[in-house]
Amino acid sequence: MNKTEKKHEVTQNACKLCTPLGACLALKGIKGAITLLHGSQGCSTYIRRYMISHFREPIDIASSNFSEDTAIFGGNSNLKTALTNIIKQYNPEVIGIPTTCLSETIGDDVNMIIKEYISENEDENLPEFITVSTPSYKGTHIDGFHETVRSVVSAVSGHPGEKSVNNSRINIFPGMVSAEDIRHLKEIISDFGLDYIMLPDYSETLDGQLWTDYKNIPEGGTSIDKIREMDSSAASVEFGKSLDGTESASRILSERSAVNTFNTGLPIGINETDKFMNILSEISGRGIPEKYLSERGRLIDAYADAHKYIFGVKAALYGEEDLVIGLASFLSEIGIIPVLCASGGNSGRFSEILFKAVPDLSPDETSVYSDADFSDIEEQIKFLKPDLIIGNSKGYSISRSTDIPLIRTGFPIHDRIGGQRILHLGYRGAQQLFDKAVNSVIEKRQDSSPVGYSYM
Amino acid sequence: MSKKLKDASTIKEEILKQYPPKVARKRSNAIVVNDPAIDQEILSNVRTIPGIITQRGCSYAGCKGVVLGPTRDIINITHGPIGCGFYSWLTRRNQTKPETEDSENYMPYCFSTDMQDDNIVFGGEKKLKAAIREAYDLFHPKGIAIFSTCPVGLIGDDVHAVARDMKEELGDCNVFGFSCEGYKGVSQSAGHHIANNQIFKHVVGRDNTVKEGKFKINLLGEYNIGGDGFVIDELFAKCGITVISTFSGNSTLGAFERSHTADLNLVMCHRSINYMAEMMETKYGIPWMKINFIGAKETAKSLRKIAQYFEDKELIETVEKVIAEEIQAVEETIKEIRPRTENKLAMIFVGGSRAHHYQGLFSELGMKTVSAGYEFGHRDDYEGRKVIPDIKVDADSRNIEELDVEKDPELYKERKSAADLKKLSDKGFEIADYIGMMPDMEKDTLVIDDISQYETEKLIEYYKPDVFCAGIKEKYAVQKMGIPLKQLHSYDYGGPYAGFKGAVNFYKDIDMMVNTSIWGLIKAPWEKEKQPEISANFVSGAV
Ligand code: SF4
Ligand code: SF4
Repeated sequence: MNKTEKKHEVTQNACKLCTPLGACLALKGIKGAITLLHGSQGCSTYIRRYMISHFREPIDIASSNFSEDTAIFGGNSNLKTALTNIIKQYNPEVIGIPTTCLSETIGDDVNMIIKEYISENEDENLPEFITVSTPSYKGTHIDGFHETVRSVVSAVSGHPGEKSVNNSRINIFPGMVSAEDIRHLKEIISDFGLDYIMLPDYSETLDGQLWTDYKNIPEGGTSIDKIREMDSSAASVEFGKSLDGTESASRILSERSAVNTFNTGLPIGINETDKFMNILSEISGRGIPEKYLSERGRLIDAYADAHKYIFGVKAALYGEEDLVIGLASFLSEIGIIPVLCASGGNSGRFSEILFKAVPDLSPDETSVYSDADFSDIEEQIKFLKPDLIIGNSKGYSISRSTDIPLIRTGFPIHDRIGGQRILHLGYRGAQQLFDKAVNSVIEKRQDSSPVGYSYM
Repeated sequence: MSKKLKDASTIKEEILKQYPPKVARKRSNAIVVNDPAIDQEILSNVRTIPGIITQRGCSYAGCKGVVLGPTRDIINITHGPIGCGFYSWLTRRNQTKPETEDSENYMPYCFSTDMQDDNIVFGGEKKLKAAIREAYDLFHPKGIAIFSTCPVGLIGDDVHAVARDMKEELGDCNVFGFSCEGYKGVSQSAGHHIANNQIFKHVVGRDNTVKEGKFKINLLGEYNIGGDGFVIDELFAKCGITVISTFSGNSTLGAFERSHTADLNLVMCHRSINYMAEMMETKYGIPWMKINFIGAKETAKSLRKIAQYFEDKELIETVEKVIAEEIQAVEETIKEIRPRTENKLAMIFVGGSRAHHYQGLFSELGMKTVSAGYEFGHRDDYEGRKVIPDIKVDADSRNIEELDVEKDPELYKERKSAADLKKLSDKGFEIADYIGMMPDMEKDTLVIDDISQYETEKLIEYYKPDVFCAGIKEKYAVQKMGIPLKQLHSYDYGGPYAGFKGAVNFYKDIDMMVNTSIWGLIKAPWEKEKQPEISANFVSGAV
């Protein structure tokens, strides 16, 4: 069974968030940046609240605060007032301005308004402005995320003039991963003796420390000046097969400045992490550091130890397409069959990319569902009867009603602590996912056994 | 010994200094150094200045999320792109208890028309109709409500016409729409009003069945967050008071339909529901009275007021008995905890009533509320209903419909004569009245409307409160500064906090928060070395 068709009009319990949320998340990875959503204040408040409930960090998102009149006559003056007030209060280095459904519907030309604003305030010391078009009636949060990364790169890269290529530095576009994932990626890249420019890098801004004095913009993130230097890096590494061949940030850099691009899947599990390690090895001209070889060794040892508990176990996955593809690749290497791969997104190529990326999967065993909502996912789960569900917090009610354990990954995780610290990537991330998956299976068996063994 | 409050005007000046002059002028009127002895005006329910980060939501959030969210047997369909619906999906922790295991409960569902490009260009009415049909075929609900989001208003979809058509087509399902586009009004408050109007128009008064019971009331503005409503229901049951309908915690469509058969409306959250109380009084003759079930003292007072209203000796006695029974646990807990909480400082910035209601709980612990304000209150919530005639109606308020309500020729029934009501009023019963928060706060406390993130920081620096009450949006910013934050929207998964039982829960939670040792760990020992006194708490916590 290989479903990809949406068959209903009403979306019941969506498995996707709206486009500007992805933009807000990506903008948190830029140093000194503040986000201003161009539209009504409700969107900002909702998106802030949602991000905060996952990251448990302060997150400020301003709004140009449309009134009924603004909605009719356009948001020009509201946007300008908002900019002035933000600059005065926050003194930011960057203001990111994603649109919302409302400003897109009325057709405000944000770029033009910004141009006007800059010329009206010539004498002021203005921050960098990044505009992104993110109507939610096109695409989902992941599209907003990638679109923002692309817009940032597009806005600041490709400056004319001589540049000398820095051979020991790479650009890295990690995609929508956790704060812990980003920290781990930095560690890996540094261990190859490479320098990096990461976009976005919200590992500190969205998983920071307690403050001794209040900071109105949290520390961390990659500075715009750094991003400007991306066009002189040795190469770009971009995660996410769904981006391959699209107008992505790395593509812009390769077109404008001939920066070599490596597009690869999210490094989840051994196979995909191996590929990433090889890429770094190729760029740096160094072998894979000992530390990772031993992590890999330990991971394989764990696979061998535990494989009898999970071989043939079935799992249902949902989330952003690239995350699901990465998880499916990992699962299939440990012998778990991903019987359902669902995504609320719809790139139109999900199924094609999945089967290509994970050749071990077969359409006979794995249903692929694009543009899915949780009513679709629930229906599939009830039919396919997996042993595990893997995805964000929103699948909890299905897990509860079917009594199938849920392993929380991705975003949003708002019914557990530490969503931002879940490690998915690298051998180390695979180790943690593996332990969780195996233990969930064991725990379920233990709990339902009449004896209740405490030794295995 | 009570601590002397720090001077509030100093901090007010300091806050204003940072703003551009125009903003400073406006904010100056929204920040008031309180003096309960005099009348002072506070600027509120005005549009937040663009670029100032507010905690306010939109009118859609107030309409769908707050008022209609807790009703379990209506299917709510958000008409719009996906985000608005998604973000309001089960985020308010309202609890509900269906009569039986298979009674309807649609609260865990979030329906959206999930509008796409072509719906924005060509209109979304067709899609909306199809969605209603689908939802109906799937569940056969008694009611379907449609909520408009911002883009819908702009492209001009007529949700009310769709509702009318579909109601006719489906026959046994009450379908009604809400024009609660987020750009209407200045906060969720506009959405409350819109919700009140439509429920009143399309639902209330449709079922004349009179429930058995001597003392019949509706509880308005109680949303059963964390099970508060259950505690209050239990108290009513003990006293022999019959609840016809709650607006809208643990509610059903059927209960709303019968609500006009009650003899008294009790208003808990004045801001979100006073419209309903007024309209029901005009149309059906049901008097309303402000009560408050947050805090042990207020709970006892409210129960006594209800008993007095019904002027029934037996009820008066039962109420006294119930209070005497319940107050014991309250007093014991206070006795144990108060030595640890006495004189500590609290700040409350939340909602349209909670910032007022929760001050009682703190004072029962000997704590002082030094500063408070609402997120979406109006002047009457601060200064009392007496200022309503003087409130200026601005463009944002004017676009919210005021229903023309008249006496119902058949269903209107006078419950109490005007003279009797006046007598109760004179006794301070807040009959059709609310005195507001400011008269209840001490002199020189600071009242701030629609506080911004920046003002919050300044305030905390200045007062260094022991606990800050707000919502999840403020929570982690405040805690970064080492001040514990108590969420009063969702209770941080705690609660219930209403009634006597809830008060006990609250005392314990606050004790834990203000006396936890983790705040002592913020500075590492090597950073602390030079400080002579390291608290015992800190040392034990650090090993
Ligand atoms: S209007 Fe658009 S941007 Fe705003 S919350 Fe809804 S879907 Fe998201
Ligand atoms: S689009 Fe409008 S209705 Fe939807 S969340 Fe934003 S402000 Fe509210």
